[in-house]
Amino acid sequence: MEILPILSALRRNKVGAMLIALQVAVTLAIVCNCLSIIEQYREQMARPSGMNEANLFTVVNSWVGQPGDLKPRIAADLGALRSLPGVLDAEAVDGFPLGGSGWATGINPQPNQRQPAAMTAEYFVDEHGLAVYGVKLIAGRWFNADEVQDLHIGDDVHAPSIVLTQRLAQALFPSGNALGETAYINGDAHPLRIVGIVERAQSFRAGYNHDQATVENSIFVPNHYLGGFMTYLVRTRPGALALAMAKVRDGLYAVTRRRIISSVVPFAETRQRAYQTDRSLSILLAALCALLLTVTACGIVGLVLYWVAQRRRQIGMRRALGARRMDIVRYFQLENLLIAGTGAALGIAIGLGGNTWLAQTLILNRMSAGYVVVGAVVVLVLSQAAVLWPALRAAAIPPAAAIRDL
Amino acid sequence: MAGIAGGVDSAGDGDAGAIVRILKGDRLMLGYYFGLALRSLRRNVALTALMVTVVGFGIGASATVLTTLRAMAVDPIPDKSSQLFVPQIDAWGPPTGPAATTAVRKLSDQLTYRDAMALMRAHRAEQQTAMYSVSLDAVAPDGVPLSVNGRAAYTDFFSMFEVPFRNGGPWSQADDAASTNVVVLSSKLADRLFPHAAAVGKTISLSDRDYRIVGVIGDWNPVPRYYDLGQGNGLADAESVFLPFSTAIDRQMAMYGLISCASRFAPGWAGQLASDCTWIQFWVQLPTAAAARDYRAFLYNYAAQQRQLGRFHWPPNVALRDVRQWMALEISVPDTLRVSSVVAFGFLIVCLTNAAGLMLARFSGRAGELGVRRAMGASRGDIGLQCLMETAVVGLPGGVLGLGLAAAGLASQRALHMVTGATAAVARATSLDGGMVVITLVLAVCATVCSALYPVWRASHVQPAWQLKTQ
Repeated sequence: MEILPILSALRRNKVGAMLIALQVAVTLAIVCNCLSIIEQYREQMARPSGMNEANLFTVVNSWVGQPGDLKPRIAADLGALRSLPGVLDAEAVDGFPLGGSGWATGINPQPNQRQPAAMTAEYFVDEHGLAVYGVKLIAGRWFNADEVQDLHIGDDVHAPSIVLTQRLAQALFPSGNALGETAYINGDAHPLRIVGIVERAQSFRAGYNHDQATVENSIFVPNHYLGGFMTYLVRTRPGALALAMAKVRDGLYAVTRRRIISSVVPFAETRQRAYQTDRSLSILLAALCALLLTVTACGIVGLVLYWVAQRRRQIGMRRALGARRMDIVRYFQLENLLIAGTGAALGIAIGLGGNTWLAQTLILNRMSAGYVVVGAVVVLVLSQAAVLWPALRAAAIPPAAAIRDL
Repeated sequence: MAGIAGGVDSAGDGDAGAIVRILKGDRLMLGYYFGLALRSLRRNVALTALMVTVVGFGIGASATVLTTLRAMAVDPIPDKSSQLFVPQIDAWGPPTGPAATTAVRKLSDQLTYRDAMALMRAHRAEQQTAMYSVSLDAVAPDGVPLSVNGRAAYTDFFSMFEVPFRNGGPWSQADDAASTNVVVLSSKLADRLFPHAAAVGKTISLSDRDYRIVGVIGDWNPVPRYYDLGQGNGLADAESVFLPFSTAIDRQMAMYGLISCASRFAPGWAGQLASDCTWIQFWVQLPTAAAARDYRAFLYNYAAQQRQLGRFHWPPNVALRDVRQWMALEISVPDTLRVSSVVAFGFLIVCLTNAAGLMLARFSGRAGELGVRRAMGASRGDIGLQCLMETAVVGLPGGVLGLGLAAAGLASQRALHMVTGATAAVARATSLDGGMVVITLVLAVCATVCSALYPVWRASHVQPAWQLKTQ
């Protein structure tokens, strides 16, 4: 019943109304996309690595000079690590889930392929690997000590067997049981027999990899890794993590002082660092959204306050003709609903369009309809709330204003 | 007002005098408008404060992301960026296999050892250097070993990239030829290892080998580190140790960085040197466009010759890019930064729309006053100029507020580790410098004035008679 006079009043105020609608539209487009990013990042940060992450820490070590006798040095260090109080087991590795660096390779179910069926992280382990990584073996077996060979950089070492993740097994052998099958490193003809399957083990790049289809592509290869830039992965008894970490430097220095221990880091911190950029972006976007909503609300308050001042006489007139305060408030709320509603409709279109670009850039899923709805409701409620104070001021205009201000 | 006009009073007669009178008139009016603007903004403090805040937030958010984006794109060596070039040679040939038709392979950004040595021997540029990064260890005076990043390069490196020396100087070309055990240290490492004495002339043990220190470089850490952008955003620190390329090769120093190979290679150091793996960075200095053209032709002929020799089985595929082209090609702006830029500029749009609405309200509210001025003989242009001045007066404090917010935003970016890279480089990429301050203020005023164009146009079209009647 009040729509028609509102529309005819808006016709005289086209540009002001359009500016509010535009603000609401852009705000909605940004807010729903940000909500979608934040929620998807939250889910990604919660993905399990596949390892038993409790009671695990890493030591990055290198030796002074460029010694050639890495094998006995590593063996001595591992001996020292395993004899530390509270330590269950330790291993020298090239990489581990969420670690950030490591080896990657293409893998195929057929020999001599130039295009990989999948790219996978490659973890070099020995018979201690299962206990140290703390991954869950769901089929087959882990490696025996006699399968493990030494691996220097540039060596042409052919492992007899591998263990891979359930997810990679399904990708390589979609039709059946991968256990007992053979796989091949890209471009290679040497068969790797699959002797075991683990439930999951994320790639070392999991912190940057948002693609759920490939993030669990990992294989374990029975090699003693004797290259540079390696890490000791150390598993402790429950509750003994802090103690073992406090003793680890002295334990290693007892073997030799001619070494550089770059870091001793609990796995919880590794996980935190791996997702640092995602977490930072989430915080930044949340802060920007909050500011954006505040600015939009302030803009609405400012403009409507001005409209109220401009229509002071007309409002007084309506009050003099019998309109209740409630009617005046309702007029402004309804007017705002029309403007913000138009803006929201536009914002949904902009938001969905922008989301196509965003999903490609950040390799995220498309925004679900829920965020658009939530965003629209938030923006509409906010704009209704913003208009309440000016509307109440309008309602407080006495009927006498109709004549007094002439 | 007199003070503003006073500066031009001494002008002479004639045509010049007329021009000066106009100028004087304009300056008088602008000063008058400025005074009017201040007075009218003071009349409605709440609305003014709201406008300044809104503009400030928008500018602050955009300046925050703009600072980091600019740091990644700024010309690191403006006087020479068009003289330093990276040659690229396709040593792998076009891709093969099922995906060959769709795959567009980028030319490798590094050279094979064989090609790098061939270009060094040909010596066709004014200056040139092959280089790669290494990791070494040193022992601090307290006996604690520390690992240091090193760069193996030719002596031309220092003059090509304008590396300043604090003490001593670069090694000689004879040192390059003879693989001498000499090093140049960063001032930070020199001060750490020799806290009480000059480092030049001393002997230092690096990875169990002795080297003579010939120079200590001064304060030098280009952001982005354009001479080796590595993988990613280029925010890495300059190395602490520099040594002759030939010495590093003789010592079989492992490469500390990315090595890309198209196929397996023979094991061992000799295998790596003979392989088709690319791991050497190469730069040449070519002072003129003609020299660059000649060098491009030389590269093409080199690749053609390699094809004749039977090493390459594909037509020559070479490139020569200068610093700016190289940065445009190699620096990948992180996705998170791209997304935050879009959000920040969307935020700026909302803030400016908001400011436009508030301006509209403010000028319409003053239609009566403007109508009186029109009736008294002010032209539309006069009114427009007056209103524009008023918006510029809002824009400037908005820009100052924006600068403060940007500084806070950048500090929180640092605290949150938004931008990844070496600490010193990231600190520089997330700090406001003089250029950025000017850009921010100009952006603030321009953006505010743009947002006010329609409100000002409306205000200058006030009908004097109608306004006077309603009064």
